[in-house]
Amino acid sequence: MAQMTMIQAITDAMRTELKNDENVLVFGEDVGQNGGVFRATEGLQKEFGEDRVFDTPLAESGIGGMSIGLALTGFRPVPEIQFFGFVYEVMDAISGQMARYRYRSGGTRPMPITVRSPFGGGVHTPELHADSLEGLMAQQPGLRVVIPSNPYDAKGLLISSIRNNDPVIFLEHMKLYRSFREEVPEEEYTVDLDKAAVKREGTDVTLVAYGAMVHSSLKAAEELEKDGISAEVIDLRTVSPVDYETILESVKKTNRAVVVQEAQKQAGIAANVVSEIQEKAILHLEAPVLRVAAPDTVYAFTQAEEVWLPNHNTIVEKVNDVMNF
Amino acid sequence: MNLKRTLENIENQFEMFQILNEEGEIVNEDFMPDLSDEDLKEIMRRMVYTRILDQRSIALNRQGRLGFYAPTAGQEASQLGSQFALEKEDFILPGYRDVPQLIWHGLPLYQAFLFSRGHHKGNQMPEGVNAVSPQIIIGAQITQTAGVGLGYKKRGENAVAITYTGDGGASQGDFYEGINFAGAFGAQAIFVVQNNRFAISVPVEKQSAAQTIAQKAVAAGIEGIQVDGMDVLAVYAATKDARERAVNGEGPTLIETLTYRYGPHTMAGDDPTRYRTEDEDNEWEKKDPIVRFRKFLEAKGLWSEEEENELIEKTKEEIKAAVKEADNTPKQTVTDLIGIMHEELPSNLKEQMEEYKEKESK
Repeated sequence: MAQMTMIQAITDAMRTELKNDENVLVFGEDVGQNGGVFRATEGLQKEFGEDRVFDTPLAESGIGGMSIGLALTGFRPVPEIQFFGFVYEVMDAISGQMARYRYRSGGTRPMPITVRSPFGGGVHTPELHADSLEGLMAQQPGLRVVIPSNPYDAKGLLISSIRNNDPVIFLEHMKLYRSFREEVPEEEYTVDLDKAAVKREGTDVTLVAYGAMVHSSLKAAEELEKDGISAEVIDLRTVSPVDYETILESVKKTNRAVVVQEAQKQAGIAANVVSEIQEKAILHLEAPVLRVAAPDTVYAFTQAEEVWLPNHNTIVEKVNDVMNF
Repeated sequence: MNLKRTLENIENQFEMFQILNEEGEIVNEDFMPDLSDEDLKEIMRRMVYTRILDQRSIALNRQGRLGFYAPTAGQEASQLGSQFALEKEDFILPGYRDVPQLIWHGLPLYQAFLFSRGHHKGNQMPEGVNAVSPQIIIGAQITQTAGVGLGYKKRGENAVAITYTGDGGASQGDFYEGINFAGAFGAQAIFVVQNNRFAISVPVEKQSAAQTIAQKAVAAGIEGIQVDGMDVLAVYAATKDARERAVNGEGPTLIETLTYRYGPHTMAGDDPTRYRTEDEDNEWEKKDPIVRFRKFLEAKGLWSEEEENELIEKTKEEIKAAVKEADNTPKQTVTDLIGIMHEELPSNLKEQMEEYKEKESK
């Protein structure tokens, strides 16, 4: 076991798969020589050579399209989109193309691409760097969207994603890259895709979250504990498809739920979770299921960021609303 | 400093390459490809077959028996001359008008009809047929071609990726990104732009200030050539040369073929009389690829009217049989569609699969 930050765990996952499978290729803008702007690919080019870990021209659509072509010749590309706010440049290659290739080949062609990309607020980035755009991806059939909240999951989920034969959008919250370390096995292991994790058990209310909001939810749960409210915290880990089974099981026990996302409120993952809960468990509910989300504006870089972003206080407020309904 | 210098000689630099003129005469003996009499006849057979297929497809579409269809008449030399220069292991990433190349690369005709009807079986390339289904998004296939060409290079394959788009496609960002990536990585790739003069209704003059599309290769640092797209020998020779250079590690090539589509953009209501003159149509029909190749073959004593008529009858029978086979294929179901989205069904689709199995079993 070693102590690793999330970014180290991500590098370790890529190293593991580069070693395991010669078809794995890692590439993107500044990914080779420079090791990535966040150093996610630090040392990988040196270790595996320029043929397998390389820089690309600065063009996201080209990176997406090239990944598809490489997958068509049997490779397992792991491209990086430098910041997920740049995804609009590669939307067709992702949503119009790689997500549809299995369908478009009548089910015959796998598309084992893992698009890695940093996102998320709270680190004072310029415009179009911090936005939470997982909802855009989740609306596209054929894609999986994975968002780890900690180093252990990041390594195991990234290895599972790279081994998966369908495209995965793997989103890495920038604030979590170096915010804490934890024990991560140096050997290979996987964490199942499409499976949520119960991060904290509780009996009064279920908090559903993902990415950095898992930590805000855990912090909120600690505060609520002081007031005698026992909150269960679920980390979705895969936000498309959502593991509703784990959520429903929890809600049937706690009878109350608050769904937390960093993204704007409209048309997000949280809306999906709320719908599913009321469709499948309405008779178990003691109160409406509420959402914690950002306002429906563009991301508030950087002066109003702290107010714009949901945090443990806004979560505690919503939980109190649910408890006092 | 002379800022005019950049474009001064560009038209001469990208002068149209031709081997066979409109009269069916060889005008460029030096570049006459090394093709046997049987090869020459095969090229003619494929062009005639494809012209007949186009006529039948238009008729079938009008009867409501075909789905999406983009007419091909006029473009046979561009499509089939380039495809004839390929080897089986080469990978085709076609645009939506490029069904003929897929058929000659190994896609059974009845599957091409199923593709047109939106049936997923029309997208299943038979084992060993290196191709993907026709692309609907203009230019999306071009960046993918750079990827296939890079994949072939990495694997040391003696093969190329070839893609097709039109003059409108050469305006897309993906066109520039694709040829630039291919150049930067030395991808084993060929980019064919069939310049048929109109992107639906917008003439090529409005697409760009560039005098030729071939010259766009210069900015990507790759080779570019403008070819008479009504001359099947010139298209074949240019593609053959591009292929050889690509597999020898000499980089990708952009080929612009000057051609014309006689019919509408697609069969979904386009009316070319709104944007083209009859004079222009007539002028291009004089350049017809089949007419000039027929003259050439007849002068060599390799072709006759009887042979062509026999071929036409045989083609019509083949088309009839393929339509029948397509008709006999069970209809596409939603259950099928759910099943081909992922390798393993995710939980949401498992639930929906049950729902639609139930609906579709009734």
